[in-house]
Amino acid sequence: MAGTGARYVLPGFRLALGYALLYLGLIVLIPLAATFLKAFTLSWDAFWAAVASPRVLATYRLTFGAALLGAVINAVFGLLVAWVLVRYAFPGKRLVDALVDLPFALPTAVAGIALTALYAGNGWIGQYLPFKVAFTPLGVVVALTFIGLPFVVRTVQPVLEDLEHDVEEAAAVLGASRWQTFRRVIFPALAPALLTGFTMAFARAVGEYGSVIFIAGNVPMVSEITPLIIISKLEQYDYAGATAVAVVMLVLSFALLLLINLLQWWSGRRRIAA
Amino acid sequence: MSLPLHARSLGLLAVLAASAPALAADASLLNASYDVAREFYKDFNAQFEPAWKARTGATVTINQSHGGSSKQARAVIDGLAADVVTMNQQTDIDAIAAAGLIAPDWRTRLPYGAAPYASTIVFLVRKGNPKGIHDWDDLVRDGVQLVIPNPKTSGNGRYSYLGAWAYAQEKYASAEQAQAFVGKLFHNVPVLDAGGRAATTTFAQRGIGDVLLTFESEVLQIAKEFNTTDFETVVPSLSVDADAPVAVVDRVVDKRGSRALAEAYLQALFTPDGQRLAARHYLRPRDPAILAEFRDRFAPIRLVTVDQAFGGWARAQAEHFADGGRFDQIYAGAK
Repeated sequence: MAGTGARYVLPGFRLALGYALLYLGLIVLIPLAATFLKAFTLSWDAFWAAVASPRVLATYRLTFGAALLGAVINAVFGLLVAWVLVRYAFPGKRLVDALVDLPFALPTAVAGIALTALYAGNGWIGQYLPFKVAFTPLGVVVALTFIGLPFVVRTVQPVLEDLEHDVEEAAAVLGASRWQTFRRVIFPALAPALLTGFTMAFARAVGEYGSVIFIAGNVPMVSEITPLIIISKLEQYDYAGATAVAVVMLVLSFALLLLINLLQWWSGRRRIAA
Repeated sequence: MSLPLHARSLGLLAVLAASAPALAADASLLNASYDVAREFYKDFNAQFEPAWKARTGATVTINQSHGGSSKQARAVIDGLAADVVTMNQQTDIDAIAAAGLIAPDWRTRLPYGAAPYASTIVFLVRKGNPKGIHDWDDLVRDGVQLVIPNPKTSGNGRYSYLGAWAYAQEKYASAEQAQAFVGKLFHNVPVLDAGGRAATTTFAQRGIGDVLLTFESEVLQIAKEFNTTDFETVVPSLSVDADAPVAVVDRVVDKRGSRALAEAYLQALFTPDGQRLAARHYLRPRDPAILAEFRDRFAPIRLVTVDQAFGGWARAQAEHFADGGRFDQIYAGAK
């Protein structure tokens, strides 16, 4: 016993692992397992009918498409925000820094109503736009971009802060242009954090309900998101059908997250090799 | 004091008197209710609590839980210990009954099918009624935009859909024609909000649509909260009777020993005072005498019940709103 314990810096490996497993089991695993069990009370035909009707398929396209688009927008502009916050000093910087976290703290319904008020045809921003945003799929992208922003900024920011200026100076001394320095030196160092932020923003957006529901318009085949399908099934006391759609979302999300993680692992290995 | 227990028809007093000795102690009651009933039940509780104290000497605290009607029903099924449920749709109480928490005969235990008040679907149009909306026919015209909450997620939307269907059913011979009518109507809907209040906001504050279809109680509420001259109410020739049923949750009251209190609470809804309070909240009271008192508040309208026009909620639900039902078919061809 003492021999096993001595290999670790912190004592109580078994206790800690046991606690970690129990915690994960209670908070994550058991609820998810229950979802799968409930969904599997359906026959295969009923399951398929619940998850693959044209109306539900349309929601997968919108939910995953808009979440992906929102995450991409956040990856670009979140990086920019992080860059500005780390590299420049300007008055009100602390305030801007605090603003970034607001989407975390704001109840999502409030965010949804505020965004709808802004982007509706008679809203502050909406009245100047030549195209409709609120109550269209574009509105969904806006809401999902809003809630995903902090994930990218907060994962990239610390990495950018730790980045040594010496490296950039060395690059400049060795004759690299500004663009080359960014592309060959800074970006590779930021890429893993950026990818993590992107992944988190994407995962968060896929499951988002509260803020989207107000701005989406919720018209079947056009602007319905998958979480709304789940809610409508619950409203009809169709628990099994609702969990069936949830299972499909879970599997799709898990597959996408796994893919992104593999990408990260692969790019990390390539960098080390290079 | 040996009044028979079936003396409910004698009114509240009899029940209160019979149960008084057992209930000298202070008590509490949880009422699980739907979203927009918040204001009504706040006032109703303020009316009931002193009345109960005057009659029994016991102080009662009524706690309220509000949320979407079906959400509340699911919470009760999953263990929320509500003594009474006051919903805006019969299916929600049926679902609790199906789970065994309420006796199947709940609709016969109180007057008027256990629904103390009802509302109905009317139209709200913009000032001057620029699109000339007078009846359901006007809603299917090209170029008219409607705001209706989603029938899949709101009782409000379901009743709007059923109102349109009931109208079309009387006008046309076949169900196919009725479906085409309702389909055309829903193709004029650019936004299907998840709930009734959200739809009101979309129409009144975002300026979307020419017509809002919603409960009469909500329309009159809008008149109170927004600038009334911006909107006009249009009452169609026919609409659907949206009754709001109530029930004692048998399993909970038997466990908590609160049956007498719970039953008295619900019966008070049917007394003249309770009925008047409902009318003051723009809900059509069931008692014809009280309805007549408020006749300038409620426009005459031919109301059809879900039982009459659709053969009951269970059938309406299965035929129209279940997955793949008629409502889904409306959108199945859409792109």
